[in-house]
Parts: sequence; C-alpha cells; structure tokens
Amino acid sequence: MPQRVSLFVTCIVDQLFPKIGLAMADVLERAGFAIDFPEGQTCCGQPAFNSGYRAEARTVARHFLDTFESAEAIVVPSGSCTSMVAHHYAELFHKEPETLARVHALGKRMFEFSTFLTEVAGLEDVGARLDEVVTFHDSCHALRELGIRSAPRRLLSKVRGLELREMDPAEECCGFGGTFAVKFGELSGAMARTKLEAIERTGARTVVGLDASCLMQIQGAASRAGLPIRTMHLAEVLASR
Amino acid sequence: MSAEFEQKIHTTLADARLQLAIYTATGRLKEKRVENVAADVLPDYQELREQANAIKKHTIESLDYYLEQFECNVEARGGKVVWCKDGGDVADFVLGLAKERRAHLIVKSKSMTTEEVDLNESLEHHGLESVETDLGEYILQLAHERPYHIVAPALHKTRYDVAELFAKNLHVPEETVPEKQTAIARAVLRQKFLAADIGISGANFLIADSGAVCIVENEGNARLTTSAPKIHIVVAGIEKIIPRAQDLATFLKLLARSATGQALSVYTSLLSGPRRVEAGEIDGPDEFYVVLLDNGRTKLLTDRARRQSLYCIRCGACLNTCPVYRKIGGHSFPWVYSGPIGAIITPQYLGLSHEPGLPFASSLCGACAEVCPVKINIPQVLLDLRAEVKKSEAREGQSRLERLAFRAFAWVMTHPRVYAMAGRMYAAVAPSSDGAWIRHLPAPLAMGPVKAWLSQRDLPPPPARSFRDLWRVR
Repeated sequence: MPQRVSLFVTCIVDQLFPKIGLAMADVLERAGFAIDFPEGQTCCGQPAFNSGYRAEARTVARHFLDTFESAEAIVVPSGSCTSMVAHHYAELFHKEPETLARVHALGKRMFEFSTFLTEVAGLEDVGARLDEVVTFHDSCHALRELGIRSAPRRLLSKVRGLELREMDPAEECCGFGGTFAVKFGELSGAMARTKLEAIERTGARTVVGLDASCLMQIQGAASRAGLPIRTMHLAEVLASR
Repeated sequence: MSAEFEQKIHTTLADARLQLAIYTATGRLKEKRVENVAADVLPDYQELREQANAIKKHTIESLDYYLEQFECNVEARGGKVVWCKDGGDVADFVLGLAKERRAHLIVKSKSMTTEEVDLNESLEHHGLESVETDLGEYILQLAHERPYHIVAPALHKTRYDVAELFAKNLHVPEETVPEKQTAIARAVLRQKFLAADIGISGANFLIADSGAVCIVENEGNARLTTSAPKIHIVVAGIEKIIPRAQDLATFLKLLARSATGQALSVYTSLLSGPRRVEAGEIDGPDEFYVVLLDNGRTKLLTDRARRQSLYCIRCGACLNTCPVYRKIGGHSFPWVYSGPIGAIITPQYLGLSHEPGLPFASSLCGACAEVCPVKINIPQVLLDLRAEVKKSEAREGQSRLERLAFRAFAWVMTHPRVYAMAGRMYAAVAPSSDGAWIRHLPAPLAMGPVKAWLSQRDLPPPPARSFRDLWRVR
C-alpha cells in the first residue's frame, strides 16, 4: 500500500468546488496517508478529447503525465477524469509507444476516490457521521467505464446517522456530458429534470455523487427549479463528523 | 448542428404527450430486457455477448469469403443472389423483375434496409402497389411517416392516432381498442397477401454455410410475405451474414431478449431457396432472390475501430436505454436509423456532412454499449467520429471560433499560473450572491456556452478561494 498519495483534484474542483478537495484530503489524512498536491496540475484534457480536438487533448495530457510522473498513487474525486487518464489516454497516444508506456504505468496508479478507499486502503468505515437521508447518483463514467457500483455504497453504509435511499433509475445519466451540456443545452436540461424527478421520488433531499460535474448539473437544475435539493460529493459526506 | 436538427429536438421536447409516449414505451422495453437477461434467467448472458462479438468480428473481417460462400449455397438451392451497390440498384432489380413477371402488387414485411433505400417510394413512383404488412409499419405507411424506432416503428403513435388513421384511410368507424384495430388491419392485409405477386422481406441473418435466410418476427406477416406470393425477394445488408447455422444458437438467444424482452420471437423462420418440386415440397415461392446491399457499408471495412458498427443486429436495445433517444425520439434523427446506433452508422454510410452535429448529440454515458448484445463500443465510435468531424471542419475552415477556444484551452492548461487565474477572473465578474447559485450574468458574459448553460440551469457561485490557494495556507 502506498504511504504517500498525490491529489489530482481536477480543474472543476480546484476552481469551483474547493471544499470537495479539502474534504478528500481530510479523509485521506485521517486514514493515515501523507498527501501532496502537485502544483503544476490543471486539467486532464477531457473537454478537448470529447469535443473531437485530439491534438489539443494530447497537449494537455502530456502536461498531466509530466506533472504526475513521480507520483506513487494519484487519488481523484472524479470517475470521469480518472477514466480519461486510465482509459482514453491510450487512444490519444496509440501511435507513440514511449508515451503509451508512460500512460499505462501511470494509469495503474490512478484511483477514483471511493475505489482508493475501499480497494487500496481497505477501508469502509472512515468514522463519518451525517444525520441525513440521502440518495446516490451513479455517475456514468465511474459506473460504466470503471465499474464502480458497490464501493461508494459500502462507504455510505458505514456513515453513522445516514440513510441511503436508492433512486429509480439511479443509473440514468444526469445529462451533463461535458460540452454536450452546452452544445445541446435544452436536451441536457431536459435530462437533468428527469433526474430531479427520480431524486424527488426517493424523498431524500441530499444527492451524493462521485463527480463534481454531475453534481453541478443536478444542483444547477435543482436551483433553477427552486427545489430544496442539495448535492454533496462523497468526500464531503465522509469528512462529516 | 443544423438548424433542422436543433428544431426537431426542440419540437419533440416541447410535446408533452409525445414525451410521455416515448418514455413509457422505451421504459417498458428496457425493463423487459433487463428481466430477460438477468443472471437467474440467462446465466451465460455475458459469455453469449462475448461469443456474438467474436463471431461478428471474425465474419466482418472475412466478409468477402462468407458472402461468396453464401451466394454459392443460395444458388445450389435454386435461388439467386443479386449484388446491389445502392438503392438505385435495388429498385432497378425489383422493377425489372416486376415488369417481366407482370407483377402489380407487392407485400412487404418489416425491413429497415428497404427503408434505408426508400424502396416503397421507388416502387410506387413506377405504378406498383407496395403494402407494408407489419402492423406498426402499416400504420406508418398510412401516415406517410418513417419508422420511429428500429423495432417498434409506430412507438410514438397512440391508439387514438391509429383510430383516426384507420378511419380516414380505410373508411371504417373510429375504433380505439387495440385488438379490434389489429383485426381491421388483418382483414385488409389478408386480401393483400392472397393477391400479391411478389413478397419482399428483410433478413435478420444470412447463413453462409447453408445459404439460408433467418427471419424473426411476432406477427406471422413475414411468413405470409415469404410464402404466399410466387416470388420472394429478400433485401439485406451485406453485414447480416453469419458463418454457420449453429451460430444462430448464440444470436437467437440474444436478439429477442435484447429487442423486446422475449426469450424468442413468436416466429423464427429459416428459408432457403424456392419450393423444390422434385423434393416433394408443397409450399414456398417459385422464385427466390436475395438482394445483397452495400449502400456505404464497405466504406467502413477499412477502419479497424469503426467497422464494429457493422456488427449491429438491429435489436434496438441501445435506443430504449439511451437517455437522449428517450428525450428526442426517432424522428429527430436525420436518417431512418435512430438512437445510438443511428448516430454512428448515419455519418459513416452517408458521410459526415449529412448532419455533422449528430456524433455530438450524446452525453457519452455508455448505457448503449452496456446493453449492446454484440458489444459495439458505441461511445468509442462516437468519439472517433467527433475527431473526424473536427478534422474536416479544420480543412474547410469552419468552426473557427471553437477551434480557437480549444487552442486557448490547451495553452491555458499547460500554463498552470495562467490557469490559476481562471477562478479569480470568474469571481471578479460574477455578481455577489451570498453563496446562492447564479441565475443571471451581465449580458456580455452570458454568451455562447455560458448562455446555453444558463438557459436551463443556475451557475455555481465562485468560491472565495480556489483549492490551490486554500491548500497553500492550510
């Protein structure tokens, strides 16, 4: 098990939701890990990749590889950004064997936050307490590209005072999709409202997720609709005392 | 994205009745699929998917071999294979044959491939009567509409719509009970079957080692189409081929479960050649033709990643599970193939310029790949096509502003100090909101993507400090 972990907080958490990053650092420190934050970090390049700009995505990806080259383990509060590095970088560099080797080596050291806690650190109970009824939103890339389904639920089940009510369907996309959210704004908004209906049916007022981007979509739509729904990243739940 | 695509999406989203119809119908199909591929019902479901994928991969990579084998075996059984480059070739063949045989009336069973080449329109244009006999397709033919869904073509029509259509076109009283509506259609269609000169069907599988054609259906209309008239013409895409009859054991377990949540369709027919009098056969057509259509398919063979699009067995599971299809429906899509599979084959068959926005109309949630019985990685192909669209735009000098924006993005993201100022800039311009989410931004800021975001959702307020700033003082 690594003793030292490097945080890749993602650009969205760094610039818009710093509390999520602090909460993640807090949980990891309590679990006994030494933490560093490589200052050169920015974005994984996914917005460019998903929009078809491969050259630009490669430029940003190279920067990421340089920044995290020496990291022992990288923990990320996002399934989507983890999958970008661990899975899609290989597509970006399939014609560059040397970079590809770096990508494969680094990909093995990239961990989505809930996976790191359960699979690497072997933890389920992190000593958290949150007296709330919550529902959990499966973010698509965590679920389908990384196969994360039970890890966050196991962690939530050990949070004192917390009741998890599954929504139906939990696995349908919130409609964010990166640049899709603005290229197809009206459609993306309609998908978000369908997600809100599923959330409301559970009776829970708090939605927990693994990706700040999905949570921004859900919170943004809830706020627009005037619904008393708040979103929390899993790290924030686990940092609650 | 074309204005037409945007408009169709908008119109569908604004139609509450249609929204409910699509969501309910796809939801039902989706649930039935889940029940029928569950581990207790079909324990080897994932292995079957692997197997189906492997068979398709092998077949598509040796397509020339299997197509020729198929042709040999069809001809050995007295049938004839007709190779067609495009829809024009198909129409020419059918029209030529109809003229020679003095045929006037054609009955058709469900075939997306004939929809793809507008066969009915071509035939009717030349004075032939061509009648769809699948109930959903028949309804749409009366309504002069394209299929809304690969498997459930009239998914968007309510029984009240059908009552109106039948009353207007068949001169019957308005009947809203589905069973009675079916009886009305049946009475009309039976007469057509008996009088038809030619039957045209599609194919679910073309079996190379036996020269047989496999058709699955629920209504029995394909059986009548292929056996009542003297001439049977199968129209199928070249990708429908599978090597061996025993491969059906894999595909038939997957197809109906994925499509409609049935263990098997009501009818599974294996047809090979015309009626053989010398063998004492008493039914079947006198003449049997298999039209093999390219229509853009061979273009896909050259690309290692994208040719997996040809694995599709047209089950429609990706449509039912797709959160985009479930909102924008079938007719928003620019061609007959809708949903995730339509989004990857349309640009490849017809060219990227047909609707350049199409590969972008996806949140890349991956639900389609998860349910695909032949494991087509649809999101991967979409990403590939997106890169192709951007390359072509760069060549044509289009989307300059967006290209510039992404160049700037790459520059900023490789200059951490500049990047670190992004949040501060947002904080400087955002109205103070006391932590509440932001509904409006001043006009010069609320442009482009920001405007599109704000059209549907509020924006998060800027935090007092970024994570990196907080980390430094922690």
